Amino acid sequence: MSEENKFEPKIVAFLCNWCTYAGADLAGTGRKQYQANVRVIKLPCTGGIDPLFLIKAFERGADGILVSGCHPGDCHYNSGNYHARRRWNVFRPLLEFCGINPERIQFSWVSAAEGGKWVETINGVIDSIRALGPFEGYQKINTMGPMVSSESANQ
Amino acid sequence: MSKKIGVFVCHCGTNISATVDVEKVAEEAKKKNPGVTYTTTHKYMCSDPGQKLLRDKIKEEGLTGIVVAACSPKMHERTFRNAAIKTGLNPYHVEISNIREQCSWVHKDKAVGTTKSIDLVRMMTEKTRKDKSLKPIKVHVTKRALVIGGGIAGIQAALDIADGGNEVILVEREASIGGHMAQLSETFPTLDCSQCIMTPKMVEVAQHENIKLYTWSEIEAVGGYLGNFDIKIRKKARSVDLDLCTGCSSCWQVCPSKKIKSEFDMGLGNRTAIYVPFPQAIPSKPVIDRENCLLFKDARKKNIPPNDSKVCRKCIDACPIAPVKAIDYSQEDEIVEEKVGAIVVATGYRELEDGLYGEYGGGKYKDVITGLQFERLASASGPTDGMIKRPSDGKEPEIIVFIQCVGSRDPSKGCSYCSKTCCMYTAKHTMLYKHKVHHGHAYVFYIDIRCAGKSYEEFAQRAIEEEGATYLRGRVSRVYQKGDKLVVLGADTLTGSVVEIEAEMVVLASAMKAQDDAGEFARKLSIQYDKDMFFSEIHPKLKPVESSSAGIFLAGTCQGPKDIPEAVAQAGAAASKVLALLSSDELEREPVVARVDRQLPPVFSTCIGCFYCQKVCPYSAIEQEDIKARDGSVIKTVARVNEGLCQGCGLCAATCRSKSIELAGFNDEQIYAEINAVEFN
Repeated sequence: MSEENKFEPKIVAFLCNWCTYAGADLAGTGRKQYQANVRVIKLPCTGGIDPLFLIKAFERGADGILVSGCHPGDCHYNSGNYHARRRWNVFRPLLEFCGINPERIQFSWVSAAEGGKWVETINGVIDSIRALGPFEGYQKINTMGPMVSSESANQ
Repeated sequence: MSKKIGVFVCHCGTNISATVDVEKVAEEAKKKNPGVTYTTTHKYMCSDPGQKLLRDKIKEEGLTGIVVAACSPKMHERTFRNAAIKTGLNPYHVEISNIREQCSWVHKDKAVGTTKSIDLVRMMTEKTRKDKSLKPIKVHVTKRALVIGGGIAGIQAALDIADGGNEVILVEREASIGGHMAQLSETFPTLDCSQCIMTPKMVEVAQHENIKLYTWSEIEAVGGYLGNFDIKIRKKARSVDLDLCTGCSSCWQVCPSKKIKSEFDMGLGNRTAIYVPFPQAIPSKPVIDRENCLLFKDARKKNIPPNDSKVCRKCIDACPIAPVKAIDYSQEDEIVEEKVGAIVVATGYRELEDGLYGEYGGGKYKDVITGLQFERLASASGPTDGMIKRPSDGKEPEIIVFIQCVGSRDPSKGCSYCSKTCCMYTAKHTMLYKHKVHHGHAYVFYIDIRCAGKSYEEFAQRAIEEEGATYLRGRVSRVYQKGDKLVVLGADTLTGSVVEIEAEMVVLASAMKAQDDAGEFARKLSIQYDKDMFFSEIHPKLKPVESSSAGIFLAGTCQGPKDIPEAVAQAGAAASKVLALLSSDELEREPVVARVDRQLPPVFSTCIGCFYCQKVCPYSAIEQEDIKARDGSVIKTVARVNEGLCQGCGLCAATCRSKSIELAGFNDEQIYAEINAVEFN
């Protein structure tokens, strides 16, 4: 997606269905432009995100990750975002052990009404990861090739 | 057998195709994504021909998985899943790739948009390959509805649902239903008296055999789900037994605390401590204001039960009901539980607080009043019996200034929206004023006159042309007192001059704001609200009365500023949605629920019984289940998900230490497939 010498970060965003995904939709409805370096994965709730999802995304070549859900107290499932926050607190110290700079994972709260905040947030993440440079730690162990499905070899 | 996946890329007119090369997206999907056996594009996939194309191709091509690359799944996921059902394909093999809201609309560069779309489609294709057939969950429907809020919207919704033959629980936190509409003097654009059109409806509510009314009550907690909500209602201690009381008025006539500001009269009139908010109240029975009642004050001070206080017992002595008096000082809050199938939220608005515009002297000068206060002055049942009199000295103001957009359209005061009703009610106020003070003169400061609505523009013109109000286009910078006059300093931007008016009264057209506790209340119901704390509808155009939680509907100003006709129309719409929902005995729910692994043989499960899942579940949906051997001895105790209670958040699945819980529709295999498909090129 870029010229040889220009680094374009790859961001995977895990968004909850009720707040941030809807907020990102609202940014679209408002035709608010932002950088295209992001791929969104929608889940019902940020509380349902297994930390291994994030590790997997790094394995697959992501340079940075955004996890974004509802504001504290606004969770559609009452307490899911609190669990996400607690899990992150436990997970964060382990990141360095995994060889990942914790700054490559960012958390935010963007509500369904905050299309503008989504644009600011995602642009901010992309810019900060661009400054950090590419994540190369896992490139060697990524042996799966471009497509992962076991069936792909047969077709 | 591997899946045969069809990819359908939508142009959305030019909404997508203008910034995404849809043909290339389709082509790449077939070339690169394993399992994709058919791809096509269509101008409008959601249209009838688009859906027919989808159905035909499922049959012709034998497709077992579908990816529709189009708008947000929030728009048309249901549409395409329903189309799949018609062909016999399980709808949970249909996925939406959001290439409009999250691609074509937000990236102008066509090459960039196309690349991203190809990636997004591949991610969804990979997820689709792992999709499993799911069966909708059937839930029983309780054929009763709850309406929260007894203003005009709540009343209308309650009446419509009750007329449809269903029982309605109407909960109002004030002592009487009626809401803000009951406070209004006359209503635009017809100038018919608000009380005259409102009170018959209030009486109808009281007399309707299908409506159960709780006044002086608040929603304590909401549990359950679509079709089966469990409601806890706090009946605040009224200190009056509604069954015994006849509303004879003996008690409030003798109450010695007569100088309490009346909330109904917006502080312009007084009431007693035991009071009925207004003469036409429903129920027309009093409540004791425990904050201000002498007896309760004394009891609090001495820390004794209210019944033991002897300071003042005039009301109970005056109560003619025998042998048991209708007044009961020892009454306490009571929690009642009700089961309902659907909820209408109609909690209304509040007026912008006085002090926010210090420069206009709101809350500082007695003769600077708000729109609702003016309504009370103009109302025949108000504190001045309908005479326009200054609150300070009771004099009839000969020059009156109305300031529009006080709060509204002013982001610096945290209120960027238009309150919609103020232009019309200010025009009405100038007329009411003119009808009562013939020799007086009304000035209006406005930014724009926004009177869109049937007969609205004509009404505003009438205020100017026939009733002689002077409209000045500009803002007021300051209001200050000079003698017994209020000097209004403003600009007239049409003549480019500074205007100084020595007024005798100033009326602020204050913004309509969301209720103070809107956020807290929304959390109780798990519904979303917008930046201004108004409750959010799920789609601004096509689902204007549905909240983000299934089975909960919105009506009236809790969703945004609106006038009476709009509130009534929205209440009717919400009621019709409720009636449709309550018309069936069983409903189908999305089967996005968690499941605990129970593979064959039936005594096997990878669950280790740590029950961490139980601790994180917000719905107490995790139960314990014993796996027993043939002799009945317990082999181990494992978790089981109660599908009726599970709402599908996936907390348990992420918490599970043995990976024994999966969330249907978002299981690990599906998510990993999506992550693995991310390529960025």
